Amino acid sequence: MINIFEVNETNNMIDQERLDVRTITLGISLLDCCDADLNTLNQKIYNKITQVAKDLVKTGEEIELSYGIPIVNKRISVTPIALVGGPACQTPGDFVSIAKTLDAAARTTGVNFLGGFSALVSKGMTEADENLIRSIPMALKETERVCASVNVGSTKTGINMDAVKLMGEIIKKTAEETKENDSLGCAKLVVFCNAPDDNPFMAGAFHGVTEADAVLNVGVSGPGVVKHALEAVRGENFEVLCETVKKTAFKVTRVGQLVAKEASERMGIPFGILDLSLAPTPAVGDSVAEILEEMGLESVGAPGTTAALALLNDQVKKGGVMASSYVGGLSGAFIPVSEDQGMIDAVSKGALTLEKLEAMTCVCSVGLDMIAIPGSTSAATISGIIADEAAIGMINQKTTAVRLIPVIGKAVGDTVEFGGLLGYAPVQPVNSYGCEAFISRGGRIPAPIHSFKN
Amino acid sequence: MKKTIITVVGKDTVGIIARVCTYLAANNVNIEDISQTIVQDYFNMMMIVDVNQSAKPFGDMVKELDELGAEIGVKIRCQHEDIFTKMHRI
Repeated sequence: MINIFEVNETNNMIDQERLDVRTITLGISLLDCCDADLNTLNQKIYNKITQVAKDLVKTGEEIELSYGIPIVNKRISVTPIALVGGPACQTPGDFVSIAKTLDAAARTTGVNFLGGFSALVSKGMTEADENLIRSIPMALKETERVCASVNVGSTKTGINMDAVKLMGEIIKKTAEETKENDSLGCAKLVVFCNAPDDNPFMAGAFHGVTEADAVLNVGVSGPGVVKHALEAVRGENFEVLCETVKKTAFKVTRVGQLVAKEASERMGIPFGILDLSLAPTPAVGDSVAEILEEMGLESVGAPGTTAALALLNDQVKKGGVMASSYVGGLSGAFIPVSEDQGMIDAVSKGALTLEKLEAMTCVCSVGLDMIAIPGSTSAATISGIIADEAAIGMINQKTTAVRLIPVIGKAVGDTVEFGGLLGYAPVQPVNSYGCEAFISRGGRIPAPIHSFKN
Repeated sequence: MKKTIITVVGKDTVGIIARVCTYLAANNVNIEDISQTIVQDYFNMMMIVDVNQSAKPFGDMVKELDELGAEIGVKIRCQHEDIFTKMHRI
C-alpha cells in the first residue's frame, strides 16, 4: 500500500516543483473532409473538429480534479491543411479562409491552440503547398489560435532549399504583418526538418497522414522536479547524477501515462503517444537552464553546456521510455529562450549566444526556439539559419526546428514581451555576414549518405 | 474498486481530524486507514478512503474539501490513488 511519504513526495512535486501535464493534444484527421468546393470544405472541417473534440476540455478538467494534477493545455492538431485544402483552394486567400475556420473551431471547443496549418515539402512543393505557405503571414495575422508549420527537409529526402528560401521570406512577412504585437505571428510558425507525425507540442503539432482518424497524444513536463532532485545530489559523480535524472523522469512520465490512458478511456479515443519532453515555462523554478546550472555550470552557455544537455536529454529518455507504453513526438529537452527564465537571464548577461544555442540543438529537441532577433535581419539570413538547423537534423537523423522572431522595429538590446507561456526575450545579435548567394541557388540539397558515419 | 487518498497538510490546530471526518461521514465516505505525522510543527495526515458508496460527484467532493481546508487553515487534497501507485510502483 502507498505510504504517507510517497504521497507527500508526489504532492510536493505538484505544489512546489511545478509538476504538470503540459498538454493533452487531440489529433484529428481531416482527410475525409476533402471537397472541391471551398465553402463545403470549411463547413465539413468545422463540423468534424467541433464534433470529435467537443468533450476534450471538459475531460481534461475532470481528470485534473480526479488526480489533483494540473493539465495546463488542451489542444488540437489536424491533418496538414495543404493536403486537405488542395482541391478547393486556388489562391493563398482561399487557405486563409480555412485558417479562420480552424480558429473558429478552436474557440468553440475551448482549446488555446490548434496546430496543423502546415505543409510537408521536404522534397518538393505542390501548387497547394506553395499557396498554403504564401498564405501563412495573413493567416497568422487574421487568427488567434492557429499554429503553422512547414517541414522543409528530412534525412530520407534531403533539404528543399527552394522552400528554405521561401520560408525566410515568409517569416519576415509574418513579422511585418503582426508588427503591432511585437511580431507575435512568428511565435506561431515553426520550420522543421524531420517533423514527427505525432507531436503534441505547439506550435509544431500536426496530425500526420500515418495516423488514425483521431488519437490522443500527451506531453509531460517537469523541469522543476528534475532540478529539485539534483539539488539533493550536488557534488556527486556522473553515475549518481544520471541515475537521479533517470529515476525522476520515470516518475514524471508515469503521471503522463496515467493521464493519457484515463483521457483515452473517458473520451473513447485511442491513446497515441507520450512525448517525454522537458518543457520549461517562464515561471521561476520551471527551467531547463536551471537544471544545467544545477549540474555545475556557472551559467547556461558556458563550456560544458552541450555535454550537460546531452546527458540530461538521454537520461530523460531512458527513464521515460520504461514509464510509458508508447513514446513518440519530439521527446527531449526543450530549449526555447523566451519561455525559460534561466535562458533569458543567460542571454541577457551575454553568456548564451545564437551559435551556442545551435550547438545545443545537436543533442536535444527541438531546435532554435523562440529566439528574438533584430527586425532588420534579412530574409536570406533567416533562410541561412533555417538551412543550418535543417542540416543538423538531416545529418543526425533527428528532428530540428526553427522558430525565430525577427521583431520589426527592435534591435539588439531591446526586449520583447510575448505574454503568457510564450514569455519574453531579449533581442539577440545575428552574425552580420551574408549568405544571399548561397540561399539563392535554388533546388535541393541531396539526401545524405547513410553509411561511413563520422 | 479504486481507493481515494485524502491528505491534510498545515499548521496543527484543534479539531482538524474531527472536521474532516464529520464531512466524510456526512457524505457516506468510509475511512479505511489513517496515518499521521508532525513534520517541523506541520500537521501531516493521509487517509485512505472508499468513496464508492457516496452519492456526491467526485469533483464536488474535491472542491468542498478544498473549501473546508481553507476554513480550517490547512490544505486538503482528495485524489484517486492511481496517481501515487503509478508513480511509486512498477
